[in-house]
Amino acid sequence: MKFLKFLLIGIFFGIVLVKSEAVSWYRIYEMFRFQSFHMYGIIGTAIASGILFLQISKKGYIKSIKGASIFVPKKDNGFIRYIIGGTIFGLGWALVGVCPGPMYILLGTGVYSMLIVIAAALLGTFIYGVLKDKLPH
Amino acid sequence: MEYILNPWPWYISGPLIAIVMALLLYFGKTFGMSSNLKTLCTIGGAGKFSDFFRFNWKDQVWNLVVVLGAVIGGFIATHYLSNDAVTDLNPQTISELQNMGFQNAGATLVPNEVFSLDTLNTKSLILLIVGGLLVGFGTRYAGGCTSGHAITGLSSLQKPSLIAVIGFFIGGLIMANLLLPLIF
Repeated sequence: MKFLKFLLIGIFFGIVLVKSEAVSWYRIYEMFRFQSFHMYGIIGTAIASGILFLQISKKGYIKSIKGASIFVPKKDNGFIRYIIGGTIFGLGWALVGVCPGPMYILLGTGVYSMLIVIAAALLGTFIYGVLKDKLPH
Repeated sequence: MEYILNPWPWYISGPLIAIVMALLLYFGKTFGMSSNLKTLCTIGGAGKFSDFFRFNWKDQVWNLVVVLGAVIGGFIATHYLSNDAVTDLNPQTISELQNMGFQNAGATLVPNEVFSLDTLNTKSLILLIVGGLLVGFGTRYAGGCTSGHAITGLSSLQKPSLIAVIGFFIGGLIMANLLLPLIF
């Protein structure tokens, strides 16, 4: 039962990303060609709503289920890893049109070739883990 | 019912994604979909090769449950909540893609030319593998993906996430504008 809420959140997330067309390869292509406002609208309103939520919770009006403050972990400082890692991810994002959430969601919609993408993404993650200490961060 | 079956507008979808982030924070977790790739590597025994994968993966099971839910959500959305509406793409996008050899742009979520297992050829197989490698390696190097950096990181006004998102766009713009026309 402990995990039921996470299953429901995942189901909700999957439905929203399909219905918003954010899992569409074409929408990602269109975004990077600046030919549509659609994806910018989704990401923009998600961030605006997120900022609103976090600012309200910061003032203490919203607590977590355990009564503690809402906590967002701080990202490590750095520049190189974010710009290079981000660029590498962006190249893949525009090529296969998916980030790590949509690759699973698309599998659910019946795009079974996503299993190849997911397997390759696991391998990519593994390669990073092995090379980590040799890479600039 | 038509409102549900038709594609949802961006101004509804964006806030709903923020609700996913808010719910996870409410339950004491963080919204970051790429973490599950690391967890799956650990479960597969990657800890033998790097201490990066040596952590107690049982603490991350909730994350895998979210992933399982996402798969189910994708199934429910296409089978019960859709009317097969064609994605309302910019006509210019459609004609550009036609010139690159993509037929029926927007009729499906992904182009069959690359993703269909029936017509899978060496080229599309390589593209799927290279794309997956870049996504897996890049997200881990950058410490997050769209959900972790663009949504959670920017919502909490973190500078590293802004740098990462700028990186996402550098890579995406290079791929969509320079490399894809060369590939297709």
